[in-house]
Amino acid sequence: MAEPVVQPKGQTAAKRGTVSTGWWRPYLMLSPALVLLLAFTIYPMLSAGYMSLFKINLATKQQMVFNGLGNYKELLASPAFHQVMKNTVLFAFGTVPFSLGLAMFLAIQLNKRFKGSAIFRTLFFYPTVIPMMSAATIWLFMYTPQYGIINRFLGFFGLPDINFLGSSTWALPAIMMMTVWKDAGYFMLFYLAGLQNLPAELYEAAELDGANGWVQFRRLTFPLLMPTTLFVSTVSLINSFKTVDQLFLMTGGGPNNATNLLLFNLWELAFSFHDKGMAATLTVVLVVILLILAVIQNQYVDKKIHYN
Amino acid sequence: MTVPVLLILGLMAAAWVIPLLWTFATSLRPPDQSVAVGSWLTTDMTFSNFQRALDYAPFGRYFINTVIIVVGVLAMQLVTATLAGFVFARMNFPGRDLIFLLFLLQLMVPAEALVVPNYTTIRMLKLVDNPIAIMLPYVASAFGTFLIRQTFRQVPKELEEAAVIDGCTTMQTLWKVFIPLARPTLVAFGLVSVSYHWNNFFWPMIVTNDPNRRPLTVGLALFAKAVEAGADWSLVTAGTVIVILPLLAVFLIFQRQFISSFMQSGIK
Repeated sequence: MAEPVVQPKGQTAAKRGTVSTGWWRPYLMLSPALVLLLAFTIYPMLSAGYMSLFKINLATKQQMVFNGLGNYKELLASPAFHQVMKNTVLFAFGTVPFSLGLAMFLAIQLNKRFKGSAIFRTLFFYPTVIPMMSAATIWLFMYTPQYGIINRFLGFFGLPDINFLGSSTWALPAIMMMTVWKDAGYFMLFYLAGLQNLPAELYEAAELDGANGWVQFRRLTFPLLMPTTLFVSTVSLINSFKTVDQLFLMTGGGPNNATNLLLFNLWELAFSFHDKGMAATLTVVLVVILLILAVIQNQYVDKKIHYN
Repeated sequence: MTVPVLLILGLMAAAWVIPLLWTFATSLRPPDQSVAVGSWLTTDMTFSNFQRALDYAPFGRYFINTVIIVVGVLAMQLVTATLAGFVFARMNFPGRDLIFLLFLLQLMVPAEALVVPNYTTIRMLKLVDNPIAIMLPYVASAFGTFLIRQTFRQVPKELEEAAVIDGCTTMQTLWKVFIPLARPTLVAFGLVSVSYHWNNFFWPMIVTNDPNRRPLTVGLALFAKAVEAGADWSLVTAGTVIVILPLLAVFLIFQRQFISSFMQSGIK
């Protein structure tokens, strides 16, 4: 096939670093990715948006009826949704600072490259490598009343048994703790990378000025790591909105919706209650939240680049 | 490295590893002693739980399914991401910025949020229970595309021009110049992709009904749910060990690559 003579506007064939091309070749090369992108990202977003404007429930045999923004009004007024959002926000703001704080502490200590620090790094990172579902079976066992290691530990101090996953007060904190256990090592890596970019001269100067470890942290490390912190906190926030695996095994969203998080609720609406209209509505809500978080994240990533 | 800090680290490391050790220990206990109080290692240690777990659920089948999915996804991702990454790194064409935005959108809206409409699509295509269904939403990886694009942008233009002078077509240039130079990035991406898809649960669960089509994560979940009711913890932990032992083994052997891959892709 002959190279097309028609060139896109404003482009010469000798443009440095650009393969001389018409417009068909880029599109041809993009087509596998683009087709799938349109089919499984763009189209679903539009489809959910469209479906959210209708009332349709397979369980109650509700026929497809146009409802405008009625679904959204209903959702925003429903106490179940308030509970779910409250849980999700609590979960996010409970796990993010904790995970980051731990991760930062671990990274700072392990960055000192002492003997055996690599072993520590492995010990904290390995939970990232196993599936969330297996972490869930492990912690399900650990939280068991009487036999689980946590209750045994409490019993050792004479404290009474707590049915963590069966209690509406303790279930969410229990899920939060296991999530922090799973994710802290992963965020530790981000901080390790961030620390490696910090100039050693600053610390040498601080030492000469007589600043001790804590002062160095407060005035040098913590501020200098701020770009990393901001970036990692948005990653962690986004992850909280995608939390769902462990809920299937450990709590099923209960007890009494105490651990019903947004994505789990979405699954429930679609596959348990068969409320297609509401499921689409919640999908749109979730997508909007994730988009907002992603835009915020992009802002901070840009700032980070400028900072360096 | 002061002693108190080392102590704290030690305690934390213990907290991190005890769940794993506890699971291993319990999987070796006879069923009637699975929760018996006492030392972790008893004289009645047995491997029978693993045999029971394998009899209870087809973990071998789950393993094969997972491998198919993971290899399939990665192979397709490498093709689409390399082509797309090259286009964005080196080509100018009308509509480029709009398409770039679409890819960016994919990065911002993860597949997890779109399970409901995507499931409808899969059903329409009659692909339920087909491994392809599990792979499709992930094949167009914007993450991979951008990673590869970044790497390709750093390829010296002289090498590319030399190839063109030698008579290479675009595809040949891509194959002979760009891809070999991007190998570390491709390996890093591969590790991250395999990690993610091996451990993926939500979407695979939604699109599989047939027990024989389940990957390890879904199989483990349903296995644990069924067994947990009877509180046979040595069986549950045995199943868990079967699932995570290969992963941990690979991780321990290739630690450095794992950690550097995650760090590299995390910084994007």
